[in-house]
Amino acid sequence: MDVIMGTWHWSISGFLIGMVMLLLIYFGKGFGMSSNLRSLCSMTGVGKKIAFFDWDWKSQRWNLVVVLGAMMGGFVAKNYLSNDTIVQINPVTIEKLEKLHIEAPQAKLLPDAMFGNTVFTEPKMLLVLILGGFLIGFGSRYAGGCTSGHAITGLSAFQGQSLKAVIGFFVGGLLMAHFILPLLF
Amino acid sequence: MRYIKFLLVGFVFGIVLTKAEAVSWYRIYEMFQFDSFHMYGIIGVAVMTGVIGVQIIKRKQLKDINGATIIIPDKEKGTFRYWIGGLIFGLGWAMVGACPGPIFILLGTGFMSVGLVLIGALLGTFIYGCIKDYLPH
Repeated sequence: MDVIMGTWHWSISGFLIGMVMLLLIYFGKGFGMSSNLRSLCSMTGVGKKIAFFDWDWKSQRWNLVVVLGAMMGGFVAKNYLSNDTIVQINPVTIEKLEKLHIEAPQAKLLPDAMFGNTVFTEPKMLLVLILGGFLIGFGSRYAGGCTSGHAITGLSAFQGQSLKAVIGFFVGGLLMAHFILPLLF
Repeated sequence: MRYIKFLLVGFVFGIVLTKAEAVSWYRIYEMFQFDSFHMYGIIGVAVMTGVIGVQIIKRKQLKDINGATIIIPDKEKGTFRYWIGGLIFGLGWAMVGACPGPIFILLGTGFMSVGLVLIGALLGTFIYGCIKDYLPH
């Protein structure tokens, strides 16, 4: 049963993600997760003051339903479809993490050092999580899309603009992982 | 009822991303350290599947569920927005190990602290909306 309960193979996972995108296109929509952040902002009514949020977000309700389904999927996958063989990362990576004072996964999706409930009382970690989120929200809207809209959909449709964004994603990611994270931890 | 298909697609998406561990901070860190092929394999196969699907859609001029011919819109032309916006996004992606989809999925799996990432992401989106006219695109 490890095929289901353990880590899913990258080829199966990648194929299914590609199919999710194609299915949304078949439904007359598109694959773009960061747009939901704009919808959520607009729902508060700030569109009256800021033009960027004055748009027909109600036409995007289907996407919020996709998100709701994804949250339910995550709940089921973590609680009913996982065993203790998950997240077996490279031992070399674990050594690097030790230097950052981040513990090995041991079948956890996220490190306690960053996401455990003690972070609520650690000002530095609160800042890291909020700032990280800020960069994701700001950057994805500035770039007009995130991993789903640019890396998966854009590259699949040979969009040169998306290729620029994806190169940007990786340059930013490499800078963070190699130079900034070691300064933070 | 017309929303149920979206709920189901989302449900599958949430399961796949969790089981692929694409929602894991560890996997994103490992990817940016070039220590594993796992994440590159996922993204690569997803794009290959997409390329084949999009080519079939275009060549056969397939129709969507409502009977309209499928058109995949081109992305707007731009320079700064893609390079700089992409770079900013990448910094955040590697910092907290999540992109927008996984933020929601991880909340669903019960990680309360990811709520802070969501608050940050909403704040970032909001600030972009406030200052976008002053930014080069």
